[in-house]
Amino acid sequence: MNEVTGRVNTQFNKVDYFFKLRNTNEVLIKNNERLVNLLNENFEKQDTSTKIVSENIFNDTTGRKRKWQYFSAKVVSNSVAAQNNFIAIHRGAGQQIKKDDGVVDLNNGVVGIVTEVGENYSVIMSLLHKDSKISAKLKKGGEVGQVIWDGKEPNRLSLIEIRKSALVAKGDTVYTSGFTTTFPYGLMIGTIDEIVKDKSTNNYILYLKSTANFYNLQYVNAIENLQREEVDQLLKNANNKVNN
Amino acid sequence: MGTLLKNMLRFILLILVQVYVLDRIHLHYMVTPYIYFLFILWMPFEGNRAVQMMIAFALGFTLDGFRHHPGFHSAACVLVAYLRPFVVNLLISQQGAENNYQEPSAKSMGGFIPYLVYAGMLTLVHHGWLFFLEAMQFGDFWYFIVKTVFSTAITLLLIMIVELLFSRKQAFRTNTV
Repeated sequence: MNEVTGRVNTQFNKVDYFFKLRNTNEVLIKNNERLVNLLNENFEKQDTSTKIVSENIFNDTTGRKRKWQYFSAKVVSNSVAAQNNFIAIHRGAGQQIKKDDGVVDLNNGVVGIVTEVGENYSVIMSLLHKDSKISAKLKKGGEVGQVIWDGKEPNRLSLIEIRKSALVAKGDTVYTSGFTTTFPYGLMIGTIDEIVKDKSTNNYILYLKSTANFYNLQYVNAIENLQREEVDQLLKNANNKVNN
Repeated sequence: MGTLLKNMLRFILLILVQVYVLDRIHLHYMVTPYIYFLFILWMPFEGNRAVQMMIAFALGFTLDGFRHHPGFHSAACVLVAYLRPFVVNLLISQQGAENNYQEPSAKSMGGFIPYLVYAGMLTLVHHGWLFFLEAMQFGDFWYFIVKTVFSTAITLLLIMIVELLFSRKQAFRTNTV
């Protein structure tokens, strides 16, 4: 079924894509600028006592071990109007996409998680889905909560499980916590748009404006965690010990 | 044009319009118009109900395939196909009208108002059931009722526009009773 709808969608997307080329181009230029700025020759070496600490694990003194790998993919269908939204991309198991990969847009804003993988197409559960639940962190205070969607307005997410003791303000950044094996630490999810105090609990409900614009996704990046199996295995072992 | 060919073209056309045009509309972040199930409303009067329900299931399943979320539209379509003959019997004006014409339209139902009631009842059933299934997941029933009412209104408007723009030629089949 995914293969069939994927092929029809690809044909229609050709038209849609043409009309959105200008927008896609702008995103790519911005992203390119950001990447060029990260190039090594833009930085002067400071004195030798400075040590660059990286999140990557050092294997030996010569090389770093890669943990996250990005795969770009073309979006062939996308919806925002349904109660449960999915995104189909033209890249599947044959092109290294795996189930449970995290998906971000070109500006590293979180988009969703891969739920179904076909040979040439994959389906992503968008953040705009009732089962979507992403572990998130407030940049300012470091409190951790969950990002969900209430099924109403696209591009508007809810951050729950944040204590009322947390310091929050409109415009604060919310990003991925890195506590799950799906997303790396620090990918932007959104900024706080509205602060509501939940009367029945001791928590806030924070409405976010999502970083990714779900209305005009053209290309996305799937992020594979190359160390997921190891982490999953360790957690499984730990759980088994508790249960026995 | 044969009935089969006509219905197959309708099936494909309505699905394409629904997926690539109407599904992108989202008025006030709430209302998405539905037109694809007009296929079921326009199915011929005669014919086995079980077969019609199976065709309705195929229609719903196709749309679900494009939305990657199986079950919802299939369920609503089968329900509409099941209830349709009852509604037709309730509203058809004169004895044997369903034998004189092939399929429901403003002409064969005996005027615009009966056709509007026919379409309105089935649209309400379709939307009500579809949104009810969706609301079960999110659990906001006030939102669900408002959404059903407004969506039904917009869809009915579309159905009326379709009826006015694409008048289907229907020959009066004499001496069939």
